[in-house]
Amino acid sequence: MTASSPTVVRFSRAQRWLHWSNATLFLVLLATGMTLYIPALSQVVGRRVLLRDIHVYSGLLLPVPLLVAYAGSWRESVRRDVRRLARWSVDDRRWLLSLGRRGRSRMGKFNAGQKLNAIFVAGCIPVMLATGSIMRWFDPFPLAWRTGATFVHDWTSLALLAVTIGHIGKALADPVSLRAMRRGTVPARRVELHHPRWWAEIRATDERSGVSSLDEGKQAATPSGTIGQRP
Amino acid sequence: MGRRALLGMLALGGVGILWGAKAQSWMEETLRPLTTKDQTGLSSFLPSAGRFRIYTVTGGLPRRSDAAYRLTVDGDVERPATLDIADLRDRLPQTSLTRDFQCVTGWRVPDVPWRGVTLADLLAEVGVRPGATHVRFWSFDGVYTETLTMEQAQRDDVLIAHELEGKPVTSEHGGPVRLYVAPMYGYKSLKWLERVEVASALDEPSDPGYWERLGYDVDAWVGRSNGLDDTPT
Repeated sequence: MTASSPTVVRFSRAQRWLHWSNATLFLVLLATGMTLYIPALSQVVGRRVLLRDIHVYSGLLLPVPLLVAYAGSWRESVRRDVRRLARWSVDDRRWLLSLGRRGRSRMGKFNAGQKLNAIFVAGCIPVMLATGSIMRWFDPFPLAWRTGATFVHDWTSLALLAVTIGHIGKALADPVSLRAMRRGTVPARRVELHHPRWWAEIRATDERSGVSSLDEGKQAATPSGTIGQRP
Repeated sequence: MGRRALLGMLALGGVGILWGAKAQSWMEETLRPLTTKDQTGLSSFLPSAGRFRIYTVTGGLPRRSDAAYRLTVDGDVERPATLDIADLRDRLPQTSLTRDFQCVTGWRVPDVPWRGVTLADLLAEVGVRPGATHVRFWSFDGVYTETLTMEQAQRDDVLIAHELEGKPVTSEHGGPVRLYVAPMYGYKSLKWLERVEVASALDEPSDPGYWERLGYDVDAWVGRSNGLDDTPT
Protein backbone atom coordinates (compact mmCIF):
# COMPACT_ATOMS: atom_id res chain seq x y z
CA MET A 1 0.00 0.00 0.00
CA THR A 2 1.60 3.26 -1.04
CA ALA A 3 0.98 6.47 0.83
CA SER A 4 -1.13 7.90 -1.96
CA SER A 5 -3.63 5.08 -2.40
CA PRO A 6 -7.20 6.04 -1.53
CA THR A 7 -8.51 5.02 1.85
CA VAL A 8 -11.86 4.58 3.50
CA VAL A 9 -12.55 5.43 7.10
CA ARG A 10 -13.44 2.23 8.86
CA PHE A 11 -13.48 3.40 12.47
CA SER A 12 -14.00 6.94 13.73
CA ARG A 13 -11.92 8.36 16.54
CA ALA A 14 -14.81 7.74 18.98
CA GLN A 15 -15.04 4.11 17.90
CA ARG A 16 -11.32 3.57 18.30
CA TRP A 17 -11.36 5.15 21.75
CA LEU A 18 -14.27 2.92 22.69
CA HIS A 19 -12.49 -0.16 21.39
CA TRP A 20 -9.16 0.50 23.09
CA SER A 21 -10.53 1.60 26.45
CA ASN A 22 -12.79 -1.44 26.43
CA ALA A 23 -9.86 -3.64 25.42
CA THR A 24 -7.65 -2.25 28.20
CA LEU A 25 -10.30 -2.90 30.83
CA PHE A 26 -10.92 -6.38 29.47
CA LEU A 27 -7.23 -7.27 29.58
CA VAL A 28 -6.89 -5.97 33.15
CA LEU A 29 -9.99 -7.96 34.10
CA LEU A 30 -8.74 -11.13 32.45
CA ALA A 31 -5.29 -10.83 34.01
CA THR A 32 -6.51 -10.09 37.54
CA GLY A 33 -9.36 -12.57 37.19
CA MET A 34 -6.99 -15.35 36.17
CA THR A 35 -4.73 -14.63 39.12
CA LEU A 36 -7.68 -14.80 41.46
CA TYR A 37 -9.01 -17.97 39.88
CA ILE A 38 -6.12 -20.21 38.80
CA PRO A 39 -4.45 -21.67 41.91
CA ALA A 40 -1.03 -21.91 40.27
CA LEU A 41 -1.13 -18.18 39.48
CA SER A 42 -2.70 -17.16 42.82
CA GLN A 43 0.18 -18.66 44.70
CA VAL A 44 2.86 -17.02 42.58
CA VAL A 45 1.33 -13.55 42.64
CA GLY A 46 -0.52 -13.55 45.96
CA ARG A 47 -1.84 -10.14 47.12
CA ARG A 48 -5.36 -11.39 46.88
CA VAL A 49 -7.16 -8.40 48.39
CA LEU A 50 -5.38 -5.87 46.15
CA LEU A 51 -6.06 -7.95 43.02
CA ARG A 52 -9.69 -8.39 43.97
CA ASP A 53 -10.12 -4.63 44.35
CA ILE A 54 -8.45 -3.90 41.01
CA HIS A 55 -10.68 -6.54 39.41
CA VAL A 56 -13.88 -5.22 40.96
CA TYR A 57 -13.25 -1.56 40.13
CA SER A 58 -12.11 -2.27 36.57
CA GLY A 59 -15.31 -4.27 36.20
CA LEU A 60 -17.44 -1.41 37.45
CA LEU A 61 -15.72 0.91 34.95
CA LEU A 62 -16.57 -1.40 32.05
CA PRO A 63 -19.82 0.32 30.99
CA VAL A 64 -18.24 3.78 31.14
CA PRO A 65 -16.57 3.78 27.67
CA LEU A 66 -19.84 2.54 26.14
CA LEU A 67 -21.87 5.23 27.87
CA VAL A 68 -19.37 7.91 26.84
CA ALA A 69 -19.44 6.65 23.24
CA TYR A 70 -23.19 7.16 23.25
CA ALA A 71 -23.13 10.46 25.12
CA GLY A 72 -21.67 12.92 22.63
CA SER A 73 -22.05 14.21 19.12
CA TRP A 74 -19.71 11.41 18.02
CA ARG A 75 -22.36 8.80 18.78
CA GLU A 76 -23.56 8.52 15.16
CA SER A 77 -20.61 6.42 13.93
CA VAL A 78 -20.97 4.14 16.93
CA ARG A 79 -24.70 3.71 16.51
CA ARG A 80 -24.43 2.97 12.84
CA ASP A 81 -21.93 0.18 13.41
CA VAL A 82 -23.92 -1.22 16.32
CA ARG A 83 -26.85 -1.50 13.93
CA ARG A 84 -24.64 -3.20 11.35
CA LEU A 85 -23.31 -5.65 13.91
CA ALA A 86 -26.78 -6.54 15.09
CA ARG A 87 -28.15 -7.26 11.64
CA TRP A 88 -27.87 -10.89 10.54
CA SER A 89 -28.10 -11.63 6.84
CA VAL A 90 -28.27 -14.71 4.67
CA ASP A 91 -24.71 -13.95 3.62
CA ASP A 92 -23.62 -14.12 7.23
CA ARG A 93 -25.09 -17.59 7.55
CA ARG A 94 -23.36 -18.67 4.35
CA TRP A 95 -20.09 -17.17 5.50
CA LEU A 96 -20.34 -19.00 8.81
CA LEU A 97 -21.31 -22.30 7.20
CA SER A 98 -18.35 -22.04 4.83
CA LEU A 99 -16.18 -21.46 7.92
CA GLY A 100 -15.09 -18.05 6.78
CA ARG A 101 -14.18 -19.02 3.23
CA ARG A 102 -16.79 -16.51 2.10
CA GLY A 103 -18.31 -18.86 -0.47
CA ARG A 104 -21.06 -17.12 -2.34
CA SER A 105 -21.60 -14.52 0.36
CA ARG A 106 -21.33 -10.79 -0.30
CA MET A 107 -19.87 -9.28 2.78
CA GLY A 108 -20.82 -5.99 4.39
CA LYS A 109 -18.65 -3.99 6.73
CA PHE A 110 -18.44 -6.82 9.26
CA ASN A 111 -18.25 -10.55 8.76
CA ALA A 112 -20.32 -13.02 10.75
CA GLY A 113 -17.44 -13.83 13.08
CA GLN A 114 -16.99 -10.17 13.97
CA LYS A 115 -20.72 -9.85 14.56
CA LEU A 116 -20.85 -12.87 16.84
CA ASN A 117 -17.78 -11.66 18.72
CA ALA A 118 -19.27 -8.20 19.25
CA ILE A 119 -22.67 -9.51 20.31
CA PHE A 120 -21.16 -12.07 22.65
CA VAL A 121 -18.82 -9.58 24.32
CA ALA A 122 -21.62 -7.01 24.60
CA GLY A 123 -23.90 -9.59 26.21
CA CYS A 124 -21.18 -10.65 28.59
CA ILE A 125 -20.75 -7.17 30.02
CA PRO A 126 -24.11 -7.00 31.86
CA VAL A 127 -23.94 -10.70 32.79
CA MET A 128 -20.44 -10.35 34.27
CA LEU A 129 -21.35 -7.09 36.00
CA ALA A 130 -24.43 -8.63 37.61
CA THR A 131 -22.81 -11.89 38.66
CA GLY A 132 -19.62 -10.16 39.79
CA SER A 133 -21.61 -7.71 41.91
CA ILE A 134 -23.53 -10.55 43.54
CA MET A 135 -20.23 -12.29 44.31
CA ARG A 136 -18.73 -9.15 45.83
CA TRP A 137 -21.79 -7.71 47.60
CA PHE A 138 -23.62 -10.92 48.43
CA ASP A 139 -25.29 -9.78 51.66
CA PRO A 140 -28.75 -8.93 50.32
CA PHE A 141 -29.05 -12.10 48.22
CA PRO A 142 -29.86 -15.71 49.03
CA LEU A 143 -26.76 -17.83 49.49
CA ALA A 144 -27.53 -20.02 46.48
CA TRP A 145 -27.41 -16.93 44.28
CA ARG A 146 -23.82 -16.36 45.28
CA THR A 147 -22.84 -19.88 44.26
CA GLY A 148 -24.94 -19.55 41.10
CA ALA A 149 -23.38 -16.19 40.26
CA THR A 150 -19.91 -17.64 40.80
CA PHE A 151 -20.81 -20.53 38.51
CA VAL A 152 -21.96 -18.21 35.73
CA HIS A 153 -19.06 -15.79 36.24
CA ASP A 154 -16.48 -18.62 36.10
CA TRP A 155 -17.81 -20.30 32.96
CA THR A 156 -18.48 -17.04 31.15
CA SER A 157 -14.98 -15.83 31.87
CA LEU A 158 -13.53 -19.03 30.44
CA ALA A 159 -15.57 -18.45 27.28
CA LEU A 160 -14.51 -14.80 27.19
CA LEU A 161 -10.88 -15.80 27.57
CA ALA A 162 -11.20 -18.16 24.59
CA VAL A 163 -13.00 -15.54 22.48
CA THR A 164 -10.48 -12.83 23.39
CA ILE A 165 -7.54 -15.06 22.48
CA GLY A 166 -9.25 -15.80 19.15
CA HIS A 167 -9.96 -12.10 18.58
CA ILE A 168 -6.36 -11.04 19.27
CA GLY A 169 -5.03 -13.93 17.17
CA LYS A 170 -7.21 -12.88 14.23
CA ALA A 171 -6.16 -9.24 14.59
CA LEU A 172 -2.46 -10.10 14.65
CA ALA A 173 -2.90 -12.30 11.59
CA ASP A 174 -4.41 -9.37 9.65
CA PRO A 175 -2.21 -6.25 9.91
CA VAL A 176 -4.52 -4.19 7.69
CA SER A 177 -7.48 -4.72 10.01
CA LEU A 178 -5.31 -4.06 13.01
CA ARG A 179 -4.18 -0.79 11.48
CA ALA A 180 -7.79 0.14 10.83
CA MET A 181 -8.44 -0.13 14.55
CA ARG A 182 -5.26 1.82 15.34
CA ARG A 183 -5.40 4.56 12.72
CA GLY A 184 -8.96 4.37 11.46
CA THR A 185 -8.59 3.78 7.73
CA VAL A 186 -8.44 0.87 5.33
CA PRO A 187 -7.41 0.90 1.65
CA ALA A 188 -10.42 1.54 -0.56
CA ARG A 189 -9.33 -1.26 -2.85
CA ARG A 190 -9.67 -3.75 -0.06
CA VAL A 191 -13.20 -2.62 0.71
CA GLU A 192 -14.14 -2.91 -2.92
CA LEU A 193 -12.75 -6.44 -3.15
CA HIS A 194 -13.64 -7.94 0.19
CA HIS A 195 -16.62 -5.95 1.46
CA PRO A 196 -18.78 -5.50 -1.65
CA ARG A 197 -21.93 -4.77 0.30
CA TRP A 198 -20.24 -2.10 2.40
CA TRP A 199 -18.66 -0.66 -0.74
CA ALA A 200 -22.10 -0.39 -2.26
CA GLU A 201 -23.39 1.34 0.87
CA ILE A 202 -20.59 3.88 0.67
CA ARG A 203 -21.19 4.57 -3.01
CA ALA A 204 -24.90 4.92 -2.50
CA THR A 205 -24.46 7.40 0.33
CA ASP A 206 -21.94 9.40 -1.61
CA GLU A 207 -24.26 9.63 -4.59
CA ARG A 208 -27.26 10.56 -2.53
CA SER A 209 -25.52 13.33 -0.66
CA GLY A 210 -23.72 14.49 -3.74
CA VAL A 211 -20.60 15.26 -1.81
CA SER A 212 -19.47 12.86 0.74
CA SER A 213 -20.33 10.97 3.70
CA LEU A 214 -20.02 12.41 7.04
CA ASP A 215 -21.43 9.02 7.29
CA GLU A 216 -18.25 7.58 8.54
CA GLY A 217 -17.65 10.28 11.12
CA LYS A 218 -15.46 13.33 11.29
CA GLN A 219 -12.46 11.39 10.08
CA ALA A 220 -14.10 11.13 6.72
CA ALA A 221 -14.31 14.84 6.16
CA THR A 222 -11.88 14.82 3.28
CA PRO A 223 -12.78 16.78 0.14
CA SER A 224 -13.63 13.71 -1.86
CA GLY A 225 -15.83 12.25 0.83
CA THR A 226 -15.52 8.87 2.35
CA ILE A 227 -12.94 7.89 -0.13
CA GLY A 228 -10.06 10.22 0.40
CA GLN A 229 -6.35 10.47 0.09
CA ARG A 230 -4.41 9.35 3.08
CA PRO A 231 -2.70 12.39 4.64
CA MET B 1 -30.74 -11.00 15.64
CA GLY B 2 -28.42 -8.88 17.75
CA ARG B 3 -31.10 -7.86 20.22
CA ARG B 4 -32.48 -11.38 20.50
CA ALA B 5 -29.03 -12.83 21.08
CA LEU B 6 -28.32 -10.19 23.72
CA LEU B 7 -31.58 -10.81 25.56
CA GLY B 8 -30.93 -14.54 25.35
CA MET B 9 -27.58 -14.11 27.04
CA LEU B 10 -29.10 -12.00 29.80
CA ALA B 11 -31.79 -14.62 30.35
CA LEU B 12 -29.18 -17.38 30.47
CA GLY B 13 -27.20 -15.36 33.00
CA GLY B 14 -30.30 -14.94 35.16
CA VAL B 15 -31.14 -18.62 34.99
CA GLY B 16 -27.53 -19.37 35.86
CA ILE B 17 -27.66 -17.20 38.98
CA LEU B 18 -30.86 -18.91 40.15
CA TRP B 19 -29.97 -22.49 39.25
CA GLY B 20 -26.18 -22.38 39.03
CA ALA B 21 -25.72 -23.68 42.57
CA LYS B 22 -27.61 -26.86 41.61
CA ALA B 23 -25.76 -27.20 38.31
CA GLN B 24 -22.48 -26.67 40.12
CA SER B 25 -23.04 -29.43 42.67
CA TRP B 26 -24.33 -31.77 39.98
CA MET B 27 -21.16 -31.19 37.94
CA GLU B 28 -18.99 -31.65 41.01
CA GLU B 29 -20.63 -35.00 41.70
CA THR B 30 -20.37 -36.08 38.09
CA LEU B 31 -16.79 -35.00 37.57
CA ARG B 32 -15.42 -36.10 40.94
CA PRO B 33 -14.24 -39.52 39.69
CA LEU B 34 -12.18 -37.65 37.10
CA THR B 35 -10.98 -34.69 39.16
CA THR B 36 -9.77 -36.75 42.12
CA LYS B 37 -7.63 -38.90 39.83
CA ASP B 38 -6.42 -36.07 37.63
CA GLN B 39 -2.63 -36.04 37.59
CA THR B 40 -2.25 -33.20 35.11
CA GLY B 41 -3.83 -30.51 37.26
CA LEU B 42 -5.88 -29.40 34.26
CA SER B 43 -9.14 -29.97 36.07
CA SER B 44 -8.23 -27.21 38.51
CA PHE B 45 -9.06 -24.80 35.70
CA LEU B 46 -12.65 -26.02 35.64
CA PRO B 47 -15.08 -24.08 37.80
CA SER B 48 -16.70 -27.32 38.90
CA ALA B 49 -13.62 -29.14 40.09
CA GLY B 50 -14.86 -29.23 43.70
CA ARG B 51 -11.34 -28.72 44.93
CA PHE B 52 -9.49 -26.23 47.05
CA ARG B 53 -8.87 -22.78 45.74
CA ILE B 54 -5.54 -21.47 46.92
CA TYR B 55 -5.64 -18.07 48.60
CA THR B 56 -2.54 -16.29 49.77
CA VAL B 57 -2.60 -12.70 50.94
CA THR B 58 1.09 -11.91 50.53
CA GLY B 59 3.22 -11.95 47.40
CA GLY B 60 3.96 -15.55 46.52
CA LEU B 61 3.69 -18.67 48.58
CA PRO B 62 5.41 -18.84 51.96
CA ARG B 63 7.66 -21.90 52.15
CA ARG B 64 9.46 -23.59 55.00
CA SER B 65 11.11 -27.00 54.92
CA ASP B 66 10.29 -29.73 57.43
CA ALA B 67 13.84 -29.52 58.76
CA ALA B 68 13.69 -25.76 59.33
CA TYR B 69 10.16 -25.80 60.73
CA ARG B 70 9.57 -24.85 64.39
CA LEU B 71 6.32 -24.19 66.19
CA THR B 72 6.56 -21.80 69.15
CA VAL B 73 3.96 -22.11 71.88
CA ASP B 74 4.17 -19.28 74.39
CA GLY B 75 2.27 -16.58 76.24
CA ASP B 76 0.33 -17.44 79.39
CA VAL B 77 1.56 -21.01 79.64
CA GLU B 78 3.47 -22.92 82.32
CA ARG B 79 6.08 -24.44 79.99
CA PRO B 80 6.67 -22.45 76.80
CA ALA B 81 7.88 -24.80 74.09
CA THR B 82 9.43 -24.88 70.66
CA LEU B 83 8.35 -27.99 68.79
CA ASP B 84 9.77 -29.44 65.61
CA ILE B 85 7.99 -31.45 62.97
CA ALA B 86 8.91 -34.77 64.64
CA ASP B 87 7.29 -33.65 67.91
CA LEU B 88 4.08 -32.91 66.04
CA ARG B 89 4.13 -36.06 63.89
CA ASP B 90 5.36 -38.65 66.37
CA ARG B 91 5.68 -37.54 69.99
CA LEU B 92 2.33 -35.90 70.65
CA PRO B 93 -0.98 -37.81 70.48
CA GLN B 94 -2.35 -37.99 66.93
CA THR B 95 -5.92 -37.29 65.90
CA SER B 96 -7.56 -37.91 62.51
CA LEU B 97 -10.58 -36.00 61.32
CA THR B 98 -12.56 -36.17 58.07
CA ARG B 99 -14.83 -33.20 57.47
CA ASP B 100 -16.04 -30.95 54.66
CA PHE B 101 -14.01 -27.79 54.10
CA GLN B 102 -16.24 -24.76 53.55
CA CYS B 103 -14.93 -21.43 52.32
CA VAL B 104 -16.80 -18.26 53.18
CA THR B 105 -16.75 -17.36 49.47
CA GLY B 106 -18.94 -20.34 48.68
CA TRP B 107 -16.80 -23.28 47.58
CA ARG B 108 -16.79 -26.47 49.56
CA VAL B 109 -14.55 -29.52 49.39
CA PRO B 110 -16.32 -32.63 50.64
CA ASP B 111 -14.83 -35.21 53.01
CA VAL B 112 -11.31 -33.91 53.54
CA PRO B 113 -9.18 -36.15 55.78
CA TRP B 114 -6.83 -34.30 58.16
CA ARG B 115 -4.32 -35.60 60.69
CA GLY B 116 -2.48 -33.79 63.44
CA VAL B 117 -2.48 -32.88 67.12
CA THR B 118 -5.60 -31.38 68.61
CA LEU B 119 -5.04 -27.87 69.88
CA ALA B 120 -6.38 -29.09 73.24
CA ASP B 121 -3.62 -31.74 73.45
CA LEU B 122 -1.01 -29.15 72.49
CA LEU B 123 -2.27 -26.76 75.17
CA ALA B 124 -2.25 -29.58 77.74
CA GLU B 125 1.39 -30.23 76.81
CA VAL B 126 2.43 -26.68 77.71
CA GLY B 127 -0.07 -26.05 80.52
CA VAL B 128 -2.43 -23.09 80.18
CA ARG B 129 -2.25 -20.66 83.11
CA PRO B 130 -5.50 -19.88 84.90
CA GLY B 131 -7.15 -16.78 83.57
CA ALA B 132 -6.10 -17.29 79.95
CA THR B 133 -8.99 -16.37 77.67
CA HIS B 134 -7.77 -16.48 74.09
CA VAL B 135 -5.34 -18.15 71.74
CA ARG B 136 -3.72 -16.19 68.94
CA PHE B 137 -2.17 -17.87 65.89
CA TRP B 138 0.64 -16.40 63.83
CA SER B 139 1.60 -17.36 60.29
CA PHE B 140 5.13 -17.26 58.93
CA ASP B 141 3.80 -15.35 55.92
CA GLY B 142 4.21 -12.37 58.26
CA VAL B 143 0.66 -11.06 57.86
CA TYR B 144 -1.95 -13.68 58.58
CA THR B 145 -3.15 -13.98 62.18
CA GLU B 146 -6.23 -15.57 63.72
CA THR B 147 -7.70 -15.95 67.21
CA LEU B 148 -9.97 -18.38 69.04
CA THR B 149 -11.53 -18.09 72.48
CA MET B 150 -10.16 -20.55 75.03
CA GLU B 151 -13.47 -22.39 74.94
CA GLN B 152 -13.27 -22.80 71.14
CA ALA B 153 -9.60 -23.80 71.44
CA GLN B 154 -10.50 -26.71 73.74
CA ARG B 155 -12.82 -28.39 71.21
CA ASP B 156 -11.80 -31.78 69.92
CA ASP B 157 -12.28 -30.75 66.27
CA VAL B 158 -9.59 -28.07 66.23
CA LEU B 159 -6.32 -29.50 64.89
CA ILE B 160 -2.71 -28.48 64.48
CA ALA B 161 -2.64 -30.34 61.18
CA HIS B 162 0.40 -31.76 59.41
CA GLU B 163 -1.33 -34.23 57.07
CA LEU B 164 -3.97 -33.57 54.43
CA GLU B 165 -5.50 -36.40 52.40
CA GLY B 166 -2.86 -38.82 53.69
CA LYS B 167 0.11 -36.69 52.68
CA PRO B 168 2.17 -33.99 54.42
CA VAL B 169 0.43 -30.61 54.05
CA THR B 170 2.06 -28.85 51.08
CA SER B 171 2.91 -25.16 51.18
CA GLU B 172 -0.02 -24.15 48.97
CA HIS B 173 -2.32 -25.73 51.55
CA GLY B 174 -0.50 -23.97 54.41
CA GLY B 175 2.18 -26.55 55.22
CA PRO B 176 4.20 -27.93 56.70
CA VAL B 177 1.83 -27.25 59.61
CA ARG B 178 -1.44 -25.34 59.68
CA LEU B 179 -4.44 -24.81 61.89
CA TYR B 180 -7.67 -26.62 61.02
CA VAL B 181 -10.82 -25.39 62.75
CA ALA B 182 -13.37 -27.92 61.47
CA PRO B 183 -16.63 -26.21 62.48
CA MET B 184 -15.64 -22.79 61.14
CA TYR B 185 -15.21 -21.15 57.73
CA GLY B 186 -11.87 -21.70 56.05
CA TYR B 187 -10.40 -18.31 56.92
CA LYS B 188 -10.13 -19.41 60.59
CA SER B 189 -7.91 -22.32 59.57
CA LEU B 190 -4.71 -20.28 59.52
CA LYS B 191 -2.08 -21.45 57.08
CA TRP B 192 1.72 -21.63 57.60
CA LEU B 193 1.36 -21.73 61.38
CA GLU B 194 4.51 -20.77 63.30
CA ARG B 195 3.35 -19.52 66.67
CA VAL B 196 0.55 -20.29 69.12
CA GLU B 197 0.24 -17.59 71.75
CA VAL B 198 -1.98 -18.00 74.80
CA ALA B 199 -3.32 -14.68 76.10
CA SER B 200 -5.27 -13.52 79.15
CA ALA B 201 -6.75 -10.74 77.15
CA LEU B 202 -6.20 -9.80 73.54
CA ASP B 203 -3.55 -7.09 73.61
CA GLU B 204 -5.40 -5.51 70.77
CA PRO B 205 -9.00 -6.48 71.37
CA SER B 206 -9.86 -4.70 68.15
CA ASP B 207 -7.67 -7.08 66.18
CA PRO B 208 -9.13 -10.56 66.26
CA GLY B 209 -7.37 -11.56 63.04
CA TYR B 210 -6.51 -10.76 59.44
CA TRP B 211 -9.84 -11.58 57.76
CA GLU B 212 -11.87 -10.32 60.70
CA ARG B 213 -10.14 -6.96 60.26
CA LEU B 214 -11.45 -7.03 56.70
CA GLY B 215 -14.99 -7.53 57.91
CA TYR B 216 -15.55 -11.24 58.38
CA ASP B 217 -17.17 -12.46 61.61
CA VAL B 218 -14.92 -13.22 64.59
CA ASP B 219 -16.88 -16.35 65.48
CA ALA B 220 -16.81 -18.06 62.11
CA TRP B 221 -19.23 -20.99 62.64
CA VAL B 222 -20.17 -22.54 59.30
CA GLY B 223 -23.83 -21.81 58.67
CA ARG B 224 -24.22 -19.48 61.66
CA SER B 225 -22.06 -16.48 60.76
CA ASN B 226 -21.23 -14.03 58.03
CA GLY B 227 -24.92 -13.96 57.09
CA LEU B 228 -24.66 -17.40 55.52
CA ASP B 229 -26.63 -20.59 56.00
CA ASP B 230 -24.34 -23.33 54.67
CA THR B 231 -24.75 -26.82 56.08
CA PRO B 232 -22.46 -26.99 59.15
CA THR B 233 -19.24 -28.91 58.62
